[in-house]
Amino acid sequence: MAEVRIERLSKRFGTHQVLRGVDLSVASGRLVAILGPSGSGKTTLLRLLCGFERLDEGAIWIGDTLMSGPSVHVPSERRRIGYVPQEGALFPHLSVADNIVFGLPRALRQTRHRVAELLELVGLPQSYAARPPQELSGGQQQRVALARALAPAPALVLLDEPFSSLDAALRIETRQAVAQALTFAGATALLVTHDQSEALSMGSEVAVLWDGQLIQVASPATLYRHPVNPELASFVGEAVLLAGIVEQGQLTCALGRLDVEPGTRDGVVEVLLRPEQIRLQSAGGAQGAATAGSVAAGMPDAVPGAVPGVVQQVTYYGHDASVRIRLANDVMLNARVPGHRCPVPGATVYCSVEGNAVTYAR
Amino acid sequence: MDDGIIAVAAGSATAPALPQATARKAPLGLWAAAVLAALLVLLPLGFTVFQASTFGFDDAFDLLVRPLVGELLVNTLKITVATTLAAAVIGTAAAWFVERTQLPGRRLWSVLVVVPLAIPPFVTSFAWVSLSLSLQDFAGATLVVTSAYYPLVYLPVAAALRGMDPALEETSRALGCGPWACFFRVVLPQLRPALLGGMLLVALGVLAEFGAFTLLRFRTFTTEIYAEYRTSFDGAGASLLACVLIVLCLICLAAEFRVRGAARYERLDRGTRRAALHYRLGWARWLIVAGFAALALATLGVPLGMIVFWLTQHAQAAVTPVSVSFEALTDATLASIGLGLAGAALTTLLALPLGFLLARYSNRFATALERTVFIAQGVPGIVIALAIVSLAVHALRPLYQSAELLVVAYAIMFLPLALVSVRAALLQAQPRLEDTARVLGLNGLQVAWRVVLPLAGPGLGAAAAMVFIATVTELTTTLLLSPIGTRTLATQIWVDTSALAFAAAAPFAALLVAISLASTWLLMSLLGKSAVLGSHQG
Repeated sequence: MAEVRIERLSKRFGTHQVLRGVDLSVASGRLVAILGPSGSGKTTLLRLLCGFERLDEGAIWIGDTLMSGPSVHVPSERRRIGYVPQEGALFPHLSVADNIVFGLPRALRQTRHRVAELLELVGLPQSYAARPPQELSGGQQQRVALARALAPAPALVLLDEPFSSLDAALRIETRQAVAQALTFAGATALLVTHDQSEALSMGSEVAVLWDGQLIQVASPATLYRHPVNPELASFVGEAVLLAGIVEQGQLTCALGRLDVEPGTRDGVVEVLLRPEQIRLQSAGGAQGAATAGSVAAGMPDAVPGAVPGVVQQVTYYGHDASVRIRLANDVMLNARVPGHRCPVPGATVYCSVEGNAVTYAR
Repeated sequence: MDDGIIAVAAGSATAPALPQATARKAPLGLWAAAVLAALLVLLPLGFTVFQASTFGFDDAFDLLVRPLVGELLVNTLKITVATTLAAAVIGTAAAWFVERTQLPGRRLWSVLVVVPLAIPPFVTSFAWVSLSLSLQDFAGATLVVTSAYYPLVYLPVAAALRGMDPALEETSRALGCGPWACFFRVVLPQLRPALLGGMLLVALGVLAEFGAFTLLRFRTFTTEIYAEYRTSFDGAGASLLACVLIVLCLICLAAEFRVRGAARYERLDRGTRRAALHYRLGWARWLIVAGFAALALATLGVPLGMIVFWLTQHAQAAVTPVSVSFEALTDATLASIGLGLAGAALTTLLALPLGFLLARYSNRFATALERTVFIAQGVPGIVIALAIVSLAVHALRPLYQSAELLVVAYAIMFLPLALVSVRAALLQAQPRLEDTARVLGLNGLQVAWRVVLPLAGPGLGAAAAMVFIATVTELTTTLLLSPIGTRTLATQIWVDTSALAFAAAAPFAALLVAISLASTWLLMSLLGKSAVLGSHQG
């Protein structure tokens, strides 16, 4: 397994600049997710890595080999990559086993080299070897596609939105099987996706591609907590964005006075909170008696400094719930609460914030 | 495989989904209509076999085991194998270069490669013979018939190349296959149903070809059957030779069945297509362009050039001077177009139920019906015509020498041609799309009108256009079955050419080629639509 280096990569189609100076390196044996909205150029990046397209500027190194440069283009078949396309793209005229050994030399194809081992690796029963791919479900097809990609022991595995066509339950299950197989094989891998939960849960690092540029490369936790701008914050997960002002290390906003990261500069800012940081409490004491009937049991009493608001809407998911709240000055925000502490619409709740707020200078 | 069917199949059992064709049953009316079409096709064949069986065994043996039949057998087999292989190589290569490479002038070549379909083989052979008499042999016959029939391979192969998921080729490249390995291990297996289907059409077409071989003085079973009929007006003697030809066709069908195996037509993936890969050709592209130019010159340049040459000559330049009246021209044109339209409509309509069965509810019985229909393609037009003439005289006297009977004969002859396109077109309308429409509240008729027809429409139009072209350029059956006094363009050309009045034949030939070129253009614009869709996505 090899390291991958992408240097100042640029690509245009006609007048449309799809990639602009992308720099990325992936350490050997790591799985990096490339996350971006549709049209951000992530599939183009993958196709350049595969050698299906030629780059305009920059360089792609896999291990010590220069694969793509302005005057270099190693054809796809000599790049030693494993490619798992959308929808799997299994060869419909070949059985599962023949699909898996497709990329091996003839002698190894005839002996069905490693078919049993690879089927086990991707979590499929041995009896599937002789089946035609038409008899497999979407998730099973994706697993066979991965086994096929891993069979020739590639230097790098590239996955192009491999789970987007699967339904939710199958997606999570297939994701886990694929992540496990990749880890077990010790593969260096790049996963392209527009699904933030897929990127956060599968990547040891996440690279965010935005309008042809990499705007952030970070661990999943860092990306979620400290996205580089508010737009990205909303893309990576649900975000509460408020106006605020920082004075002498103290933030004032609609939710009162909050703590900020050390070293935050004074000035007018945009505040980022995640909905699960917002704690809801019922009004304590005499005030609470009036509304006690409309608030679910188990909601703690308000702490000093909590800001009152009225519940507008509740979306209940079972394990948790999303609560839309209107604060006194008509500021709207979403909070995420455990399912058993869910208020009802119309109730007055008190909002406080757990943890630091992230701010962006305006 | 689509989710809806998986859900249905998994609802009753936890086993993996079955192939969807077994999950539903076809309505009885559909079966009845398909069986009716197949029976209609079997009618002349059955009558021919019946007529042949009126011979005693010894008589039949004496008639069949003689040097002439041996010579005919060798000739027929030689020309069929040579032409089919040549058409397969040329048709596939042309389709691949047009659909998969950055060939200069791809759009132009994609048109020019199909146009020969519009020129009847008897016109092509007339052109070559009038250029050089030395072509009246095996090589000349191979040249003429290949150039007339190779589009029958090109069209389905090009369509299959367009319909192929580019991810398959990309994946094979990523797995270490070079362009050649990719072609032979991934592309060719995918093309197999289309390629073999096309080759089958070519082989059966050659076995039934009559006009070109007569003019090229190349003796096959068809020319000999005609000679036998003309000399003795004895249907039985001709029917015995016809039976040998039919056996050849059955062998052909059996081979096709073995090779095609369990071909899988349905796409495996569920997504929209990306644009296909287009290979760079480098310096070799000019070599390929030269090849395409030579192909166009041989298949189009010579026939059209010779027609123009004869048009510019005075009637006296030909061996037999005959002058042509404007009225004769219009009458023949209208007769040809009218018969062509009627033939196209009836044939496509007859092909629909069976095509639908094959696309959706395919099982052994449907395949048997399909093969029954394909047998008709191997029965030469002369045999169908003779059988229908005899039948009409014996049982359907009022229909004898009526235009209706001629149109039915066309439908019997060209049902296989229509069926190939109709089935392919109906496969475009995937069952899951229909399911979706059903769920959206459409009834069966509305689904057919708003989903199946828009998706399959271009393919069905292509089927009708192909039948129209084939009907207008058909010679033998028209010659024998057209009502007295009705002259079509094809029969007029035949009569004039037989009388060596080349200049007189030229205006009819020009009109015939013009009509079939115009309808070929229509065919191209219908197929071109799907080509544009295929290359503009992603």
